[in-house]
Amino acid sequence: MSTRARTSPVRTGLVHLALIGYTLIAVFPVFLTVINSFKDRNAIFRSPMQVPLPSTFSLVGYKTVLGQADFIHYFQNSFVVTIVSILAVLLFGAMAAFALSEYRFRGNALMGLYMAIGIMIPIRLGTVAILQGMVASGLVNTLTALILVYTAQGIPLAIFILSEFMRSVSDDLKNAGRIDGLSEYAIFFRLVLPLIRPAMATVAVFTMIPIWNDLWFPLILAPSEATKTVTLGSQIFIGQFVTNWNAVLAALSLAILPILVLYVIFARQLIRGITAGAVK
Amino acid sequence: MTDLPATHEPAIKRPVRWHIGVFLLPAFIIYSAIMVLPLIETLRLSFYNTVDGAPAFVGLANYQVLFGDARWAHDFWNALVNNLIFFAIHMCVQNPIGVALAALLSTPKLRFAAFYRTAIFLPTLLSFVIVGFIWKLILSPIWGVAPWLMSLVGTKWLFAPWLGQSGPALIAVSLISNWQYIGIPMMLIYAALLSIPDEVIEAAEMDGITGWSQFWKIKLPLILPAIGIISILTFVGNFNAFDLVYTVQGALAGPDMSTDILGTLLYRTFFGFQLQLGDRSMGATIATVMFLIILAGVSFYLFAIQRRMRRYQF
Repeated sequence: MSTRARTSPVRTGLVHLALIGYTLIAVFPVFLTVINSFKDRNAIFRSPMQVPLPSTFSLVGYKTVLGQADFIHYFQNSFVVTIVSILAVLLFGAMAAFALSEYRFRGNALMGLYMAIGIMIPIRLGTVAILQGMVASGLVNTLTALILVYTAQGIPLAIFILSEFMRSVSDDLKNAGRIDGLSEYAIFFRLVLPLIRPAMATVAVFTMIPIWNDLWFPLILAPSEATKTVTLGSQIFIGQFVTNWNAVLAALSLAILPILVLYVIFARQLIRGITAGAVK
Repeated sequence: MTDLPATHEPAIKRPVRWHIGVFLLPAFIIYSAIMVLPLIETLRLSFYNTVDGAPAFVGLANYQVLFGDARWAHDFWNALVNNLIFFAIHMCVQNPIGVALAALLSTPKLRFAAFYRTAIFLPTLLSFVIVGFIWKLILSPIWGVAPWLMSLVGTKWLFAPWLGQSGPALIAVSLISNWQYIGIPMMLIYAALLSIPDEVIEAAEMDGITGWSQFWKIKLPLILPAIGIISILTFVGNFNAFDLVYTVQGALAGPDMSTDILGTLLYRTFFGFQLQLGDRSMGATIATVMFLIILAGVSFYLFAIQRRMRRYQF
């Protein structure tokens, strides 16, 4: 343990102890799933806590999963939907948040409230009407339908969080930009956006999770084989193979992997933004 | 709300500020078309029902059925009470632990902070399909992982198949949900704590305020807006909760509807389940009641709490 000025080693030790304790709680179920996905059926039941040994190691679950379902393709669909939706939410959400937090105009509070309604009301309540609209515009069984729904779903929270952060951007800086002759668009894109990058990363993470993990809209709007997302794919797979624990554990492990990669990518941006102290 | 008041507002001594409209418009259009209009359509449906095979305006008749009919009223109040318990457990377990973890993580010069943060946030990334299934396996008496873990600390006798018992099932499902979502309050509070300027902390230290008293007296007041945000997110998310109950306990929210919350009730009513046929009008009625409950809670937050919160600009 490093002991710097102002922090006693005992105190630091206790902090680490508490954090390690909770980390174990958070990680254990995932760890358990992953180790058991590499074991044969007997070993899964006889000694669930044991890591795979040469005598119990087995890839039969993964073989079943990869032989049964087109998981690579499902992953691709999920990636496209998630990334396009996040980009749209961040851009449109930040623009609207800027308008609402920067300018005084008649209807500002009303518009803010109107946009905030979407945080409170689950978009799922309108599913029947959404489905009718998608049928009418021929978007059923396309990834576009999912992207539109997720963009609409993500925008309100993005505006809410980003305008909280935008209010903390110094007015002097923006006014200095105006005196230097920058347009309002330039102030937004060149001064404000870089400063709220950590907030953008936070919004990206929070937007990404419900999109990637959503089961409801893929099932209703895009259930075809060509547009299935990985969450829907694994749900159907688990439903079919519910007694084949090898296959189920392997499918669960495979579904965990890509979201972890996406998170690591965004987390780096999140941490970089925070440590640069850009918000201050 | 069909037009932007912003675009034709002639500000004093200023030209029309088109840029406000440009900034607002894309978000406004997508949000209105895909979210607000379908929601309004749903609210409208709650005043309609099928009479003699044709949709007809029935006024408040659907609401009379929901609150007046013994079977509907029982299901509804059961789900609402369960929802409130679900919410209370999140506020009492998930959010305080989340704040505590964020406070620990923001210890200056803490080693491995990035590792802890990533690990604790991991469950939040997982889908309900994964979380529901993993916990069903762990808590299953057949696999025996939970009893084995409890035997390590000598409490094996406490183990019971909680998910199968009508009393503890709701608590068990709530705690699973806490486990999954603790990363969200943690991250928001962590970001808020990091945005407190060093000068403020240094000034506190000059005055001899360190450690816990520094957290309570200096940092906590500064992160109150963030705590407000996580409280309201918890409140709203609680009414959106459906997936976890669905993947752990099924659409019937067993055992004996003890884990039934408004989300699962709405699902069964709206889309039907097994022998029960889907009823769009009653589904829309329940959706409208949920809408009103949520609206009341959020208005309370916006007008009674957020207005009174102080904002600090550094």
